[in-house]
Amino acid sequence: MKRFVGFIKKEFYHIFRDTRSLFILFGMPIVQILLFGFAITNEINNVDIAILDHSKDATTKEIINKISASKYFSIKQILERETDIEAVFKKGKVKAVLNFETDFGKNLIKDHQATVQIITDATDPNTANTISNYINSILQNYQQEQNKAIHIDYVIVPEPRMVYNPELKSVYMFVPGVMTIILMLVSAMMTSISITREKELGTMEILLVSPIKPFQVIIGKVFPYIFLSVINAVVIVLLSIFIFKMPVQGSLFLLALESVLFIISALALGILISTISATQQTAMMISLMGLMLPVILLSGFIFPISSMPLPLQVLSNIIPAKWFIIILKGIMLKGVGLEFIWKETLILLGMTILFIGLSVKKYKIRLE
Amino acid sequence: MKTIRYIIQKEFKQIFRNKGMLPIIFVLPLLQLIILSNAATFEVKNIKFAFIDNDHSASSRALIDKFEASTYFDVLTVFPSETQASSAMLKGEVDVFLEIPSHFERDLQKNKTTSLGVTINAIDGAAAGVENVYVTQIVQSYNKQIKTDLMQVSDAQIQPVTITSIPLFWYNETLNYKTFMVPGILVLLVTMITLFLSGMNIVREKEIGTLEQINVTPIKKSQFIIGKLFPFWVIGMGLLTIGLIIAKLIFNVPMIGDLLLMYFYTSIYILVILGMGLFISNFTDTQQQAMFIAWFFTVIFILMSGLFTPIESMPGWAQTLTEFNPIKYFVEVMRMVMLKGSGFVDILPQLVKTLVYAIIMNGLAVWSYKKTT
Repeated sequence: MKRFVGFIKKEFYHIFRDTRSLFILFGMPIVQILLFGFAITNEINNVDIAILDHSKDATTKEIINKISASKYFSIKQILERETDIEAVFKKGKVKAVLNFETDFGKNLIKDHQATVQIITDATDPNTANTISNYINSILQNYQQEQNKAIHIDYVIVPEPRMVYNPELKSVYMFVPGVMTIILMLVSAMMTSISITREKELGTMEILLVSPIKPFQVIIGKVFPYIFLSVINAVVIVLLSIFIFKMPVQGSLFLLALESVLFIISALALGILISTISATQQTAMMISLMGLMLPVILLSGFIFPISSMPLPLQVLSNIIPAKWFIIILKGIMLKGVGLEFIWKETLILLGMTILFIGLSVKKYKIRLE
Repeated sequence: MKTIRYIIQKEFKQIFRNKGMLPIIFVLPLLQLIILSNAATFEVKNIKFAFIDNDHSASSRALIDKFEASTYFDVLTVFPSETQASSAMLKGEVDVFLEIPSHFERDLQKNKTTSLGVTINAIDGAAAGVENVYVTQIVQSYNKQIKTDLMQVSDAQIQPVTITSIPLFWYNETLNYKTFMVPGILVLLVTMITLFLSGMNIVREKEIGTLEQINVTPIKKSQFIIGKLFPFWVIGMGLLTIGLIIAKLIFNVPMIGDLLLMYFYTSIYILVILGMGLFISNFTDTQQQAMFIAWFFTVIFILMSGLFTPIESMPGWAQTLTEFNPIKYFVEVMRMVMLKGSGFVDILPQLVKTLVYAIIMNGLAVWSYKKTT
């Protein structure tokens, strides 16, 4: 036991001696969560659009004013010809062009009917679709105002209630995701590097011939990082509560336990990576190249998993981050207890045990 | 010149000798391109939908049928009460549920109006907004239907004005996400591979002590840097080529613009990333430090590139920050040239900025590389 404590001490020395890494380790997550918490949003704001008004009458003017008054759009350019549309899109200056037909106002009064084209640059399909919907709803509103005098009968009025996030803030969606990504990558990367480093520098041999048992080596290696990652997690949670006003509806204690579980599973994954790679370079490339994009894309952090093709939905199940994000959102936003997230917790636990089991099996106590 | 050739030879040998790395450099990125491009979609589909019918009338059933017929909603179950539906939502089994009030039909016939409770799980605010639009659309079309069904002769009314808006989606009429995402993800993979490899390169020689050996040779600073950069530049261009072939063959991404222009831009872009990698490499003592820094910047570059979330929605200061993000320019250029067929003049601003960036980064890399320890 004393030997083991000594070993852990050595690991702590290693970490604290390298102040530069330590600085990066704690500074990075803070910078990232602040940056992303504020900057990443898929709300549509201040989209630059252009107007091509063939009619130039009072009605179109009124509609254009309505559009520029909304916080979603700012009118950047007034076009004169149809051929200009292509040019502004190619330069990437505006995302949409509103094309009013000739005699728009006159038609509306005479025929009760007028047409406007909403042309969007759909290279970004999501934004294009949203812009199109928003402009359409502004037009609908205008139309309703004009029709106010006419009483429309027989209507079902839907009363939408947005639960868990009434203001539809995208911070609520992204902060748990960013937290997961940071913890996952930092933890996996750190352990995988620290073990392969000893291999590469040749000090692993010394550890192997010492009386410390192999599993003690691994636990001793991981222990300091559990400690560091927990500090990181605490900082991130504090930032999200105090800066981003994320609610924690559920129990903080449960949140802490689940975070520790997730950290351990990420560390275990790091160990597994280190047992299969010979050099730090390989270990890092696996944990960076192999983990970064799958974790960002398949965890439900940005893109909803339920909309993915079925094979990918199945594949997403092996990403530990997916389960942790569900747990985080459950505890923080929905305020659920363990009875609602035991399944996710068990899956994380199972994965952790699997990673550890595999690494123990793969860990070579002899040199080749 | 000969010296540079030998260094390049040495670097290539080192890369291809490491059998563990080869699949990571060449197979992993392409595999990710093929698989993950399918994941990146903001479409809201397969919405888990439930309802509570307190009325059990013909009208309420007709409304539910409308939802059933919609392709967006997967109608799951009927819940007897709101508490049960809420609890299912807590478990994540339900995204949206309707609550049809009692006397739904009676109110509709007598008062000509009635309300309908719609509860939406709004943790993903953007998806919730879209779900709300879908629900409203279905209810509106139902409204229209009952209007014609129930309207009496006496209700004949003045004709309301209608503005018909015709949405036109240029360059991507079917709103196919893959044509949008594949070029972007390819950009990320090329960037990550070249940045990580170059970032680890010199510091690795430092760490295992071989850098000193090189330092005592007559190799000049610039020769050394060029020799180090070139192999990664080749790897980056190679990845781009294979990636473009995959984009064409598997995803059928349109390539309207000039491919040569694409390659010209990429050749400069990779220099920015390599310069950045070497700069990091020079400033760190261990591969671990180098990778942490590279990781830090990559995550920031990726998430603030406009690839997954639009840059225009970011607050002003964040938009200014993205000006320093090389990935942003690459994503923009890639999409402009491939999907819109933008020409040299259209991408000139991005090209100039990237060129300046490349000169600064590589200047810094050469300057910060010291031959003495």
